[in-house]
Amino acid sequence: MTPTIISTVKPSPESTFDLRTHLGSLELSSPVLTASGCAAAGRELDNYFDITAIGGIVTKSIMLAPRSGRATPRMAETPSGMLNSIGLQGPGVESFLETDLAWLQQRGARTIVSIAGRTADEFGKVAAKLRVAGGFDAIEVNISCPNVEDSGQVFACRADISAQIIQTVRRNSDNKIPIFAKLSPDVTDIVEIATSVSQAGATGVSVINTLLGMVIDTQTMRPALAGVTGGLSGPAIRPIAVRCIWQIRSALPNLPIIGMGGVRTGQDALEMVLAGASAISVGTSIFNDPGAPMRIQRELEQELRNRGFESLTQAISFAHREVIEAVIEDEMGESKDESEQDWDFISE
Amino acid sequence: MSVGASESATLGAMQVLGEVLDVQRSGNYFLMSVTAPGLAERARPGQFVTVGMGGEESSMVLRRSFAIQGVQVRGMYGGTLDFIVSPVGKGSQWLTKLRRHDPVNLVGPLGKPFTLPTKPVTCVLVGGGYGAAPLIMLAQALRERGCRVDSIIGASTEEKLYGSLDLKRVSTSLTLATEDGTAGIRGRVTDGLINTLDSSKVDVVYACGPMPMLASVAEECTTRKIFSQCSVEESMACGIGVCMTCVLPVIGEDGVTRMLRSCVEGPVFRGDRVRWADIGTIPEGTWGGEGPRS
Ligand SMILES: Cc1cc2nc3c(=O)[nH]c(=O)nc-3n(C[C@H](O)[C@H](O)[C@H](O)COP(=O)(O)OP(=O)(O)OC[C@H]3O[C@@H](n4cnc5c(N)ncnc54)[C@H](O)[C@@H]3O)c2cc1C
Ligand SMILES: Cc1cc2nc3c(=O)[nH]c(=O)nc-3n(C[C@H](O)[C@H](O)[C@H](O)COP(=O)(O)O)c2cc1C
Ligand code: FES
Repeated sequence: MTPTIISTVKPSPESTFDLRTHLGSLELSSPVLTASGCAAAGRELDNYFDITAIGGIVTKSIMLAPRSGRATPRMAETPSGMLNSIGLQGPGVESFLETDLAWLQQRGARTIVSIAGRTADEFGKVAAKLRVAGGFDAIEVNISCPNVEDSGQVFACRADISAQIIQTVRRNSDNKIPIFAKLSPDVTDIVEIATSVSQAGATGVSVINTLLGMVIDTQTMRPALAGVTGGLSGPAIRPIAVRCIWQIRSALPNLPIIGMGGVRTGQDALEMVLAGASAISVGTSIFNDPGAPMRIQRELEQELRNRGFESLTQAISFAHREVIEAVIEDEMGESKDESEQDWDFISE
Repeated sequence: MSVGASESATLGAMQVLGEVLDVQRSGNYFLMSVTAPGLAERARPGQFVTVGMGGEESSMVLRRSFAIQGVQVRGMYGGTLDFIVSPVGKGSQWLTKLRRHDPVNLVGPLGKPFTLPTKPVTCVLVGGGYGAAPLIMLAQALRERGCRVDSIIGASTEEKLYGSLDLKRVSTSLTLATEDGTAGIRGRVTDGLINTLDSSKVDVVYACGPMPMLASVAEECTTRKIFSQCSVEESMACGIGVCMTCVLPVIGEDGVTRMLRSCVEGPVFRGDRVRWADIGTIPEGTWGGEGPRS
């Protein structure tokens, strides 16, 4: 076997496949993004692939002030996944704007800035600073973090508070800036939360954030993480992510969805697209393969071609067609040739 | 072979699909030799590689880090590199079961290397267990610069000592220490270090090994105002600086403590800068900290 260098970075020049996607008013050349907290601000990854060749970079959630994060150990590997308890370590919004965002802008990368806060007011202040600075394409609001005004309860667990945060961010942002609410799957009814953030002015939703989990080290017989509990991510959570995307798409057919949770291959990305995602963020898989976003983008294109799609858009929500067919069948009392029917749906 | 491999002049790390050349047992450890064309050529002493675990469909989603022990840049395979594996858990055990020609997915060279002196000074190298591995490559580089290299390696027992043959070859002197006395002096490497520091003029101390060992090496050096560089081993999820799992409290030039990423701002740190006793906490006054904690 000849050793080969992997992680090819340049999109093949003959590539004419239409991977464009729309998230509200935002058009991206590809649906593949990095997941917040798994790509820092793109700089390190630019070493492994051309970060301007994917859909965009979603930056690590930034807060108003610098944050040291939680004590270590901050991670534990789990079957097909990992737990993390980073605690939103970061330099604060001012430094982020001066160094990270400035670099991304100069590099020409499409950028979705993820923001977090301890209170609704903080979210608003971060958004206001972003508005002044400009130079990014959209905001992702990480409401899956603890609310200090609600005894550390996660914002995203309550529909009313989630809506309040989105309203605050909306009020403090340029009208034209798309805003995505990043939802937690640790809720009884994710559709209820998605509905309320949509009504509060969110352009779309990002699903899913990590699930709360815990590991006990059987050697030390203590929690493996210094923070005791942590967020579960990686392929282990993918079916939950697909389910959340499916439910939101079914209930809110026009709400753009950025899907994420355990995407490792183009096929995984396709699964989320079929469930209703217009874009896909790649998180934990970057730790396994720093070139993952680029590779997944290439693989997704191939998966789409293999199934006869001519563009990404045709595949978005495609898995929902059976539901529509079932309705038609019930009403008409007849069934058509399946492949023909699929084609009808595409060309609509 | 350079099919679009992406690299930057400043960082220089790359992902390479290499191949196992050899797996050799050495006491409690396994020495792995792998091809790493392009990567090996860039490696400097103190840097590490990460290895993908268990193949493509593996349930181990995280790569494991291994200190680079040495590289060969010419030869029939292009660049090759060696690292040592202690088979302690799932990933490391899987790795040691690989055989010649098996593929290995490598990312590297990662991290900040040891800083080399510009003058031919006197250096002491301290290694604990498999922590001696990167010192082999370091000792070579120091000798090439005309430095005196006194190496001290230790472990709990002889089986866990590593690198004595190689280090003997490249060092001016080599001292062994085992806690049970099965090889060399009975005691810890720091006992050997204290002897050396007290009996001769030492300019720089380099260390790699378990955290408690590094903490005492750093302390002995700092109290004597001797410059020390310690290579730490923090648990890492990405190894490339994007996740913030591998942090530890380090005092900056400005006197402020920050939680620094050991994968990119380390793994080599100045011994007098790391707040050894506070590892595993966010010490009071840390930049971005929340003040005193209960
Ligand atoms: C900079 C650096 C250099 C290293 N160099 C070497 C080396 O030269 N030789 C060697 O044998 N090992 C080295 N290690 C440790 C190695 O990366 C693995 O963590 C170790 O082999 C255990 O992995 P496992 O899968 O067998 O254990 P598991 O128990 O299955 O590991 C589970 C998780 O915990 C992490 N973990 C477990 N033990 C450690 C540890 N001691 N340090 C950091 N993370 C740990 C693993 O990386 C993994 O993510 C190094 C680690 C770092 C950070
Ligand atoms: C180490 C780590 C840090 C993360 N940090 C953030 C963050 O700062 N903000 C956020 O919205 N999500 C964060 N996430 C969640 C991811 O963006 C993503 O929603 C989740 O991990 C599921 O995707 P994945 O399985 O592809 O990683 C983080 C995840 C990990 C593993
Ligand atoms: S291991 Fe991810 S930042 Fe260091």
